[in-house]
Amino acid sequence: MSEENSSLKHNESDADEYWKANLKLMGWLLVVWFVVSYGCGILFVDELNSISLGGFKLGFWFAQQGAIYVFVALIFVYVKKMNKLDREFGVEEE
Amino acid sequence: MDLQTLTYTVVGATFILYVGIAVWARAGTTKEFYVAGGGIHPISNGMATAADWMSAASFISMAGLIAFNGYGGSVFLMGWTGGYVLLALLLAPYLRKFGKFTVPEFIGDRFYSKKARIVAVICLILASVTYVIGQMKGIGVAFSRFLETDYDTGLYVGMGIVFVYAVLGGMKGITYTQIAQYVVLIFAYTVPAIYISLNLTGNPIPQIGLGGNAADGTPLLQKLDQVLVDIGFTEYTSQVMGSKVNMFAYTLSLMIGTAGLPHVIMRFFTVPKVKDARMSAGWALVFIAILYTTAPSVGAMARFNFTETIQTGPVGKIESNIRYEDRPQWFKNWEKTGLLVFEDKNGDGRIQYYDDTNPDFAEKAAAFGWKGNEMTKVDRDIMVLANPEIAKLPDWVIALVVAGGLAAALSTAAGLLLAISSAISHDLLKGVFRPDISEKDELFAGRVSMAGAIAVAGYFGLNPPDFAAGTVAIAFGLAASSIFPVLMMGIFYKRMNRAGAIAGMVAGIGVTMLYVFQHKGIMFIADTAFLGDMEPNWFLGISPNAFGAVGAVVNFAVAFFVSKNTSPPPAEIQDLVESIRVPKGSGSAAEH
Repeated sequence: MSEENSSLKHNESDADEYWKANLKLMGWLLVVWFVVSYGCGILFVDELNSISLGGFKLGFWFAQQGAIYVFVALIFVYVKKMNKLDREFGVEEE
Repeated sequence: MDLQTLTYTVVGATFILYVGIAVWARAGTTKEFYVAGGGIHPISNGMATAADWMSAASFISMAGLIAFNGYGGSVFLMGWTGGYVLLALLLAPYLRKFGKFTVPEFIGDRFYSKKARIVAVICLILASVTYVIGQMKGIGVAFSRFLETDYDTGLYVGMGIVFVYAVLGGMKGITYTQIAQYVVLIFAYTVPAIYISLNLTGNPIPQIGLGGNAADGTPLLQKLDQVLVDIGFTEYTSQVMGSKVNMFAYTLSLMIGTAGLPHVIMRFFTVPKVKDARMSAGWALVFIAILYTTAPSVGAMARFNFTETIQTGPVGKIESNIRYEDRPQWFKNWEKTGLLVFEDKNGDGRIQYYDDTNPDFAEKAAAFGWKGNEMTKVDRDIMVLANPEIAKLPDWVIALVVAGGLAAALSTAAGLLLAISSAISHDLLKGVFRPDISEKDELFAGRVSMAGAIAVAGYFGLNPPDFAAGTVAIAFGLAASSIFPVLMMGIFYKRMNRAGAIAGMVAGIGVTMLYVFQHKGIMFIADTAFLGDMEPNWFLGISPNAFGAVGAVVNFAVAFFVSKNTSPPPAEIQDLVESIRVPKGSGSAAEH
């Protein structure tokens, strides 16, 4: 009985840690998500536009091309890291 | 073969393809009909999701809006792709773990309340119907050009076809049909873009061609900026939509709306594993990004070609402006639809296209003898369809684009109509009001609500509140302000309770609808707008299309405040939240 309880406790704190790790990863990825779109594409677009990338102004490029490429990359990074996290904590599906 | 016959042939052939695949796939896979994507590779599932997602707004409308809004059009590009990041990180895996079929079901269970479920259903119906209005606008444009009639007739024909298509129903649920639709759609979108990019910049990849050089060696975008500035318009690459604040809100509204729309979320409920829910979102975005990174090139190049067709040489020289009687065939074709209108204001028989609202340019225009912009109507939604004609591409490319536009509009309209009908017949009737309803009656109620939704959307489609993509943006605002915040708090904030969720949804969608109606008219009837749809009347300069972002903030705030001051949710609900946070033990969605 007491053993069962302690294993339950152990699981709970594990679940907590898993959740915290998940939130941390999510937080970082969302920072990047915000910076490339709202940051480079809108808030600082004028500053970035003074730099050119081929025939593009850089801010314009982020708003109409770059942000989208980064979004795609972000999801795949998330998938990869979460799969690893799932395995580490042994919470992946059978 | 003339263009008309060719178009009928291509459109007909693609329809036969979709139906053929549906019939072929149906026999062996009845189970798959219910569990869409079961046993299907995440890549295929992503492709099908992309077809489901990209509608008339993406295909027909968006590049046209970018063409005329330049940099300002970026809100659509970032908004309609960035939402997938939110979906993959914040919602999809957890909703999959929860394992029910519809969004209202999740909200009803998580907030232990039938009332919450009903409120969610109403929000979904409002958002989905508005979405269908946008599709109807796109479908009307496509059919009016295709049949060479006026817009209204095109719309009526389109309504009929959508009805037949949606009632055929199940077809939409078959992943392979959607994969075929995706292939047709993306082929039809990229082929003309490749042609035009080659013509203008010599580079066959539109994404790179956009940054390439025009024939005279100057960068294309720089040249476009110059061409537009010369006739009084704002520089293409720095033209802001409203204000930076408006663009911020607009983008945010579209992003969180993406993560709150039922027909997108539903696809992630039914993938085999939590892992696959994350992966499918990634692949869906890859396939969406192919169109979305091409669209800016289509927009910029269409604006360039369009302007150069009318203003053929240096501004101010009389012979630089094309004579009306020399106008190209595409111009005549679109005049028939009433979506492109020319008025010879100074009676010189030539076309002047310039920004007559720009005071700095007025003096010059007067000196040239110009008496106002003579392109009195250029509907933004015609640009993508007209683009291959403007660029003088072969007829088969033009026919292909019409087929692609119809594939995009019809697949999404059908998907939305199914979502609406299941919300009414399944969630409302069976779930709440008449639990003992027979399966036959439920199906019948579904059909009736589908027909009703088409009639309502068609009616508003006659006088749409905005261009297709703008109308769809309002739909996203409604979803953003109602569904997304409660889903998110349902997963990430254990303390969120019934009262908070209901109050949040009502406040969020209420504020957004009030704002949209006061500027766009009650039920979008323009005469009833009690505050004009003009920038000086807007709160912080935020346009009604972008107000979903503010509605969402209101939703979060109200929900948080109300739940803090009411009793916490019962222990079993808190356990439920714990359990959806880990993938283990997800089981199959069908088992619940």
